[in-house]
Amino acid sequence: MKELLIDLMGAPLGTIIFQLVFAAQFTVYLSLIAFIGGGMAAIFITLARIAPYRPIRSVATGYIWLFQSTPLLMLLFLCGLGFPHLFQFQISPWTAASVALTIFTSAYLAEVWRGAIGAVETGQWEASNALNLRYVVMLRRIIIPQAVKFGLAPTVGFLVQIIKGTSLAYIIGFQDLMLIGKRWANAPVDGSEPFIIFPIMAVLYFCLCYPLALFARQLEQKALARGQ
Amino acid sequence: MPIVSMKAVQKWYGDYHALKDVDFSVEQGERVVICGPSGSGKSTLIRCINGLETCDAGSIVVNGIELTQRAGSVAKIRSVVGMVFQQFNLFPHLSALENCTLALTEELGLTQSQADEKAMQYLSRVRIADQAAKRPAQLSGGQQQRVAIARALCLEPELMLFDEPTSALDPEMISEVLETMVSLAEDGMSMICVTHELGFAREVAHRIIFMDEGALVEARDPIGFFERPENPRTKKFLSKILR
Repeated sequence: MKELLIDLMGAPLGTIIFQLVFAAQFTVYLSLIAFIGGGMAAIFITLARIAPYRPIRSVATGYIWLFQSTPLLMLLFLCGLGFPHLFQFQISPWTAASVALTIFTSAYLAEVWRGAIGAVETGQWEASNALNLRYVVMLRRIIIPQAVKFGLAPTVGFLVQIIKGTSLAYIIGFQDLMLIGKRWANAPVDGSEPFIIFPIMAVLYFCLCYPLALFARQLEQKALARGQ
Repeated sequence: MPIVSMKAVQKWYGDYHALKDVDFSVEQGERVVICGPSGSGKSTLIRCINGLETCDAGSIVVNGIELTQRAGSVAKIRSVVGMVFQQFNLFPHLSALENCTLALTEELGLTQSQADEKAMQYLSRVRIADQAAKRPAQLSGGQQQRVAIARALCLEPELMLFDEPTSALDPEMISEVLETMVSLAEDGMSMICVTHELGFAREVAHRIIFMDEGALVEARDPIGFFERPENPRTKKFLSKILR
């Protein structure tokens, strides 16, 4: 593949594109870790956020509020540099980036999903209560199946935000598309000027994000059609 | 023993006094219609009975069970009280049959086939068995409300609460729901209905209660209520709606 690209586009450009595409896979991995880890954490936070006990709700609300109002860049700094320095421990850029993005994602998704659950009519809760359904049964059989149609499109849409968010992880030395691209852009090599590198990176990010954005729009239209 | 007994029940929404010192009881097998202008506390009153609203003071005893803050008492009461809502509140993602069987399989431990059989029996009872496989959105308003009645009946309640069951229906669908309710009444079901259908009230109620501004103003047998109302507020209300 590398040789093919070099044959096709010449030495610096072919190598650059190969390295960028290769680095893009780490962007994808980090996004998946953040999405899956953050999604699992978000399940618990969402449940806590709507729990029938006020102290549990308050903790979850505090968590969401705290991490939604913290810039992602700050979270990355804290996880990758701040806390390791403060408490004297070593952390790999992989771990730090994963933790920061997972926290960021969990707070955001929990809020999206709480909104989706809130969009289910109160009559559904009342009917479930009147039928004497237990809380767990009510959530599992009545509320969540209906909330999914409100939450699916914004959830997939948020994946795009995560992918773009991973680009900030270069700041703590995470070797992704962004870091490799910036390294080339700064290199004193002819044919790797920023005005060449950055458009290539933009195209790569676009290729990752656009299908998801399209998919999210499709889901949204489907949900709208079902609502009518 | 009355099936519902409320004593000195008070309810506030912030500054708004929704129920003012309400004393109210319903005997086993009795059918009570509650009417009154909107905002008079009718819905709040019946929603207190199965704990969908909590009252701020007073006592509520349903079927011998005192309603307290403890979750256990609410669940016990709900297991003997069925409720039908103005907006039907069917589960839109489930078929009519599944709407009826859900609580049976999840809460009462029936097998799916036992639950199906029981649900079909009650769906036939409200004459909608042929629509059992349809989703609520595929049914008319009147059909949806009859499914909702069947869903409540599946749990074999001692008491049925109806919260304006025909208010959201197109006029031509009101009678099919009222007929279903009349047939329930004929079977001796204890019922409390909040409704503006005074023809229904006259036909099936043992007692009609007029509420205004959160208080019970007048409680009478139907003939007395319509022909010799005593309270001026009742007279005014009746003169407005019986034109």
